[in-house]
Amino acid sequence: MSQIISLLLVIISVAGLAILLTRKSRSSRWIAFVGTLIALGLTVLIGSLLDAPSESMFSFLVDFLMLGGTYAILSLGLNVQWGYTGLFNIGVAGFFGVGAYVSTILVQDPINVVGAGNESITVHFFNLPFVVGLLGAMAASGIVAVVVGFATLRLRSDYLAIATIGVSEILRLIATNERGITIGNRGIENIPQPLHQCLVIPVGANPAPPCDLFGIKIPQFISLAHYDWFYFLIVLGFLLIAFLALERISRSPWGRALRAIREDEDAALALGKNTFRFKMQSLIVGAIIMGGAGSIVAHMVKFIDPSVFDPLQRTFLVWVMLIVGGTGNNKGAIFGAFLMWAIWSTTSRLNDILPPTLLTPLGKIDVASQLFGPIRIMAIVIALEVILLYRPRGLIAEEKHTSTKIDH
Amino acid sequence: MQLSVQNLVKDFGGLRAVDRCSLEVREGTITGLIGPNGAGKTTLFNLITGFYKSDSGRVIFEDTDVTGRPPYTLFRQGLCRTFQIPREFKEMTVLENLMLVPAGQCGERIFSPWLQPGRVKQEERELFDKTIATLEFVNLIHLKDEYARNLSGGQKKLLELARAMMADPTMILLDEPGAGVNPTLLKKLMGYIERLCADRGITFFLIEHDMDLVMALCNPVIVMSEGKKLMEGTPNEVRSDQRVLDAYLGGQYAAADR
Ligand SMILES: Nc1ncnc2c1ncn2[C@@H]1O[C@H](COP(=O)(O)OP(=O)(O)OP(=O)(O)O)[C@@H](O)[C@H]1O
Ligand SMILES: [Mg+2]
Repeated sequence: MSQIISLLLVIISVAGLAILLTRKSRSSRWIAFVGTLIALGLTVLIGSLLDAPSESMFSFLVDFLMLGGTYAILSLGLNVQWGYTGLFNIGVAGFFGVGAYVSTILVQDPINVVGAGNESITVHFFNLPFVVGLLGAMAASGIVAVVVGFATLRLRSDYLAIATIGVSEILRLIATNERGITIGNRGIENIPQPLHQCLVIPVGANPAPPCDLFGIKIPQFISLAHYDWFYFLIVLGFLLIAFLALERISRSPWGRALRAIREDEDAALALGKNTFRFKMQSLIVGAIIMGGAGSIVAHMVKFIDPSVFDPLQRTFLVWVMLIVGGTGNNKGAIFGAFLMWAIWSTTSRLNDILPPTLLTPLGKIDVASQLFGPIRIMAIVIALEVILLYRPRGLIAEEKHTSTKIDH
Repeated sequence: MQLSVQNLVKDFGGLRAVDRCSLEVREGTITGLIGPNGAGKTTLFNLITGFYKSDSGRVIFEDTDVTGRPPYTLFRQGLCRTFQIPREFKEMTVLENLMLVPAGQCGERIFSPWLQPGRVKQEERELFDKTIATLEFVNLIHLKDEYARNLSGGQKKLLELARAMMADPTMILLDEPGAGVNPTLLKKLMGYIERLCADRGITFFLIEHDMDLVMALCNPVIVMSEGKKLMEGTPNEVRSDQRVLDAYLGGQYAAADR
């Protein structure tokens, strides 16, 4: 049953996207968009009714929105840098990964680390609250941006690209090799989640004492399965704050100066703009947001290893999301992220449909490991090319009057 | 002297584009700068405004040595320039192209939209009014909500002038304001420049190949050739000078020989 549902989801998504992209008029595009959403929702709903247990479909949806949300945050961060300022950052994964690691190191409780005591490595974790981890992640990522910016932003623009991808790779190597800090390739497990002990009713024999919040004792009141919903609110909250903050500054004269620099840096310089300062600020703001996304993902999946620096998922995919959604438009950045995440994550559902191995003229191939990667990337690239052909400015293009607040 | 250039040198590899060039621009004038193609006029502008670093020599603007300063600081001192090939901000509206310009906008600081939203809004309102007035002056008001990339070549030249006006500068360097502008528009453009000079006291230093424009508008006229100042004088003196003729003809013969 779930196989049919998954297949339907993919077909509806692709068909909806195709209609969306080929229609010229605005209204029919909206109809296509809303229609696709309704069709997707109905399929999920019917699926969850027919398919026991019904909670599994719903938790799939929450999962989808949560992960999609973290991509939307990344995409917003990239939009400040590339969309507004034209900074070619191809090391998104680096800023993301720094956030993930710094937050984990700050928040992790040493007793959670399996085997930390009996190995020659001494690992330092600080057991601080999640908020400190999140802020630390944002600060650390911002500091990386300052270093990269000072090194490259005065030079020709290609140097930034080289530096960001280089720094991202160096950080990945540090995470792999500095085992005393990061436990290397084994990764860090059991990363604590915010307020987990305060909210989730403990299961098992010995009930944990009620949580002590600034002297007030609160009994836990939600079940383990519902903790994800709470965390979803954190993701959504961060996304919303980032969106509102960016909307505000990008529509101010600050954002106007950024866009001028993107259009023609020399002309902006001739018109009195300290372009270095603006580019630096833009790089830092974007990096801070990306670092925040790293922290949020680390505490969401409760495990990190050097693969958080994966350039395919954390740089390439984010770029596609932004381009598809609409470079220079915060709403587009978010929309593109969810849309591409839908394609990316539903392709993994193909797993249920295809047999585990396929016999081809070239020999037997293992579907899960050998076919999905390529299929997924193909789906993403096809979507990207279709967009570039039919809507080069993205699904929700940059607004004409971005920086004119005055009503006239 | 409002602007004085002393022994400026600029080499591009083996090519000396500006060769110990010295010249002065007096306050309140419309000074012309003419010379054959490749004489080094644009390069001189780039040196004055800090886009290129000179190999030696000095630039003095309003009694301060500004040699080697970054372009944006010169702009804030009141020296503004336009480009030979218009460099409009393509994906921004004409309105935004102009509103961007004034220096020291409160809203350009990243925290102002939160800390002083009232002040940002107030400034934006004043800026908007000023922009509208400027667009009316150069007759582009009907295009205010158009993307700058959609403007015609001549309109882009006007946009460049309007952008310079928004800065309230004391001196504007114009690089071939008349190139590619039709005769009617050119007349208007000359009128604007004259009015800005007379009414607002803005000094103009302009490169131009159109001799009618130079003769009608500029006094004095400086002639540059092979990176050096050849001579300076009234339009009539320049027109009848044998050295100037030789420079132009020599340049053309040299080009024909190649
Ligand atoms: N960035 C550069 N790199 C190398 N050579 C340059 C550069 N800019 C200018 N030149 C050379 O310097 C010389 C002077 O060029 P410049 O642009 O100043 O001439 P110009 O007087 O403005 O000519 P035109 O009237 O055609 O605009 C030319 O020979 C040109 O090829
Ligand atoms: Mg020139």
